[in-house]
Amino acid sequence: MTAALSVDQLWKVFGPRADKIVGSPDADLPRAELLDRTGCTAAVKDVSFDVAPGEVFVVMGLSGSGKSTLVRCLTRLIEPTAGEVLLDGEDVRTMSDARLRELRRTHVSMVFQHFGLLPHRQVLDNIAYGLEIRGMKKKQRHARAQEMVDLVGLTGNERSYPDQLSGGMQQRVGLARALAVDPTVMLFDEPFSALDPLIRRDMQAEVIRLHHEVGKTMVFITHDLAEALKLGDRILIMRDGEVVQVGTAAEIVAAPADDYVRDFVSDVPRSHVLTLRYVMRDPRPDDSSDGLVMGPDTIVREAAHAALTSDHPVRVVDDGELVGIVDDETILRVVVAEEAVLA
Amino acid sequence: MSVTAVRGGSGVEGIGSLLRRPPGWLLGVAVLALWIAAWAGLRGNDTLALPGLGRTGLHDWFTGLKGDLIDSRESNVLMQVTGVLADLLASIGGWLQELVAQPAFPRPVPQVGWLGVIAVAAWLSHAIAGWRITLLVVASFLSFGLLGLWEDSLDTLIVTFFAVGIALAIGLPLAVWMATSKTVTTLLTPVLDVLQTVPAFIYLLPLTLFFGIGLPAAVAATFLYALAPVVRIAAHGIRSVAASTLEATDSLGQTGRQRLLQVQLPMAKKTIIVGINQTVMAALSMATIAAFVDGPGLGQPVLRALSAQQVGTAFVAGFCIVIMAVMLDRTTTAASVRAETVARAGGRDVRRHRIVLAVSGAAALVLVYLSRTYLWAAEFPDTDLGSSVAAAVQSGADWVTSTFDVVTSGVKNQVTALLLNPLQDLLANSPWWLAAVAIAAFALVLGGVRGCLTAGVCLAGIYLTDLWNDSMVTLTMVLVATLLVMVLAVVLGVWMARRPSVDTVLRPVLDAGQTMPPFVYLIPALLLFGPTRFTAIVAAVIYAAPVAIKLVADGIKGVSPTTVEAATAAGSTPWQVITRVQLPMARGGLVLAANQGLLFVLSMTVIGGLVGAGALGYDSVLGFSQGEFFGKGIAAGAAIVFLGIMLDRVTRRAAERTGAGVH
Ligand SMILES: Nc1ncnc2c1ncn2[C@@H]1O[C@H](COP(=O)(O)OP(=O)(O)O)[C@@H](O)[C@H]1O
Ligand SMILES: [Mg+2]
Repeated sequence: MTAALSVDQLWKVFGPRADKIVGSPDADLPRAELLDRTGCTAAVKDVSFDVAPGEVFVVMGLSGSGKSTLVRCLTRLIEPTAGEVLLDGEDVRTMSDARLRELRRTHVSMVFQHFGLLPHRQVLDNIAYGLEIRGMKKKQRHARAQEMVDLVGLTGNERSYPDQLSGGMQQRVGLARALAVDPTVMLFDEPFSALDPLIRRDMQAEVIRLHHEVGKTMVFITHDLAEALKLGDRILIMRDGEVVQVGTAAEIVAAPADDYVRDFVSDVPRSHVLTLRYVMRDPRPDDSSDGLVMGPDTIVREAAHAALTSDHPVRVVDDGELVGIVDDETILRVVVAEEAVLA
Repeated sequence: MSVTAVRGGSGVEGIGSLLRRPPGWLLGVAVLALWIAAWAGLRGNDTLALPGLGRTGLHDWFTGLKGDLIDSRESNVLMQVTGVLADLLASIGGWLQELVAQPAFPRPVPQVGWLGVIAVAAWLSHAIAGWRITLLVVASFLSFGLLGLWEDSLDTLIVTFFAVGIALAIGLPLAVWMATSKTVTTLLTPVLDVLQTVPAFIYLLPLTLFFGIGLPAAVAATFLYALAPVVRIAAHGIRSVAASTLEATDSLGQTGRQRLLQVQLPMAKKTIIVGINQTVMAALSMATIAAFVDGPGLGQPVLRALSAQQVGTAFVAGFCIVIMAVMLDRTTTAASVRAETVARAGGRDVRRHRIVLAVSGAAALVLVYLSRTYLWAAEFPDTDLGSSVAAAVQSGADWVTSTFDVVTSGVKNQVTALLLNPLQDLLANSPWWLAAVAIAAFALVLGGVRGCLTAGVCLAGIYLTDLWNDSMVTLTMVLVATLLVMVLAVVLGVWMARRPSVDTVLRPVLDAGQTMPPFVYLIPALLLFGPTRFTAIVAAVIYAAPVAIKLVADGIKGVSPTTVEAATAAGSTPWQVITRVQLPMARGGLVLAANQGLLFVLSMTVIGGLVGAGALGYDSVLGFSQGEFFGKGIAAGAAIVFLGIMLDRVTRRAAERTGAGVH
């Protein structure tokens, strides 16, 4: 199956004569030094990754690490400096303006941190804007927009203006607007960072629900690790424009690529993320064969209760083959280590 | 335990930075001292004084140029183009005048009489601004008629709206272009700067070369003067549309055209209407001043009465201008608020609004028909209200003048003796080169090297106009008036900033004062002080004060409350807080106020030629009234432009150096 989105050696350099940087020795300089030497900022440096259809792919990093620039390069809201972006196998960088507009109208849509709603339009007309600019008749687009209003839980607010809504509701409008064009790929640039924590949790749940219902491919930018772990099938961690690590939540927590990532994940509740695969030990001949059987992708916390109440260690079985053993002590170590962290 | 009431670092740093005073004022004092020393020795030499009716070869050459240009009408392309334009303006303007203001031959009355005009005005104002404004509009039109100035008022409205129409037709596309292109912005900004720096009065004389006198010249001048505000403000509005919204809508795949029409223009709508408001007000002030080139309208009775020193008559016409200014300002302001509320009211209200408009529109048409058919509805009934008001004002004015003469001449003599005369002695009786060097040195202290260079160029320009001495006299008046404006601005500005209740009371008055055409301020000044140099200064102070006071008040309000709190907590008295913290920290606002004050004052001292201001103002007025002085009038205009650019640029540079930009 081809990737829904494939990014290969993508660069974005801001500044004077930015196109001369990529490929020169300067390109390898750290960001601050490059800025001193050339006046350019390498916001995205040699980034490559693939996203599978239906996957939720999270890009995470501190502020300034180049996430927003990266996600804007995907539909050329910011023009990349070098590299390749393929959407469903089609090269975005060589598209004509008309084809690019077509792509944005029907194929990829985006949700923004600061909503970007039209203050002079009612909710319904904001949601319908993407349909309107592609020439859909008023009746049809209002019907479609109304479906989206219901889908994101804004029923009853169709006639409100954006400034009459709370931040969370405004972002629901942003979400509905992006969904209305029925895209195959949705991009989110820190959509919930401007919201209060409780509302943020609701909205995250909303995205998970929508992902189940509509099954879009999603690229989700955040600086919040908890959000990344909650939503992401896989997570890409960026620093200073570069990729530091790509992997599932468990891979990253179990084996951080460097101190930057280790720092990030240091206060993550490990039992919520790690799976048995990362804590099991090799089977030994003297292991009891009466223990519970679980898959290697079971999360530790979910295994804990059953494992601790059983007298025998858990047998981790993958494809009918015994691959490892998890005893009470191992589980306790994961859970207790965490208590120590939280204390 | 001691508690230090300092919130955040900024409060402390704010106070600390004030202790490091720049040595600029010391340099200024040094320059002044040197100047006075040199002046004492050289006083009266090389002053380049030219008698009021004196002319130089340059001036006669300009006058000759006018004759040549007029003779070359047949062959010169520029003259042909402007000639065609002037004819076009004259015929459209004439048609409009016959429509509502002047007898439309063979009818003894205009096509549409007063009843029809008021009905249409009422309908329009109701459509764009709501019924409250309709009441104001109807009352305003009725008062024009009752005061006996119906024709003149409508002529002024015709010139104003004709020019505004052209200004919008050209200005709005220009604004869009400017908002979307950096190159266009770079090219247009200096042109708009000059259009806005040059006093309105100056446009007129050169324009008569190309457009003759009367309505075409009035409309052309009004258009030029009114163009800059709408271009600037609308471009600013379009440029200020939130980047996040543009990006979000771009991400949906909109075209450039959709971006402009569906996003940028609607989001900038309110600002654009503010720009239109400014353009209408600028147009009105120019349309009244255009009386100098025989432009039709209310300026003419004011001008006639001022020349004849008839304060009462001038008052009545000036009063109509004031009413018109209030009416136009309120209507356009209400329209910008209204635009939103109507759009937001939703389906049923919009439909009801449309029905009301259709019905009232039909009624208005009936009244228009009546006003075409019956004389009583065509010609505003004669009243002698105007003349009795004029007589009452005149006798009141005479009483005031005789009763308060002690006070007014006291003030006049004090200011003249203490400020005007010494400063004029220094500026105008220094040898020209000494004054030039001294002014350039001040420009260096205030505006740095760039300020000094601009001043040098402008001083050279003034020298070349052969009107050095007159320019120094005018500069004296400008400086004295600006000083008085700044005193007023600081006193009232501080008061407003510290007492919200004072702000609430004063601000609407200042807002209204700012919308008045400068012409009307001459009337009360003339009433109180008779025709002298000082009268023009008083008018200039009244004209410039509102904008300066508001800038100072806003500058002081902009001082971080934390800093004020920190200073108060450190035990400062209110006086210390004002003089040590608020005023120094608001110096950006003060410099801005001085910049605006200078420009407003300059334009008024020029019009003040009419009430005895003398110097460049007199030269300009002479240029209008007597053919052989045309060239001298043009030279005076050039000298005023140089003065204006010099004062503006130097204070702008000074403002930039204090960290406040002039917009
Ligand atoms: N238009 C621009 N011009 C110059 N530098 C930019 C521009 N946009 C972003 N940058 C720089 O690129 C880097 C990455 O920014 P951004 O992509 O916004 O990071 P993030 O979204 O991760 O916070 C930052 O150092 C930022 O200053
Ligand atoms: Mg960002």
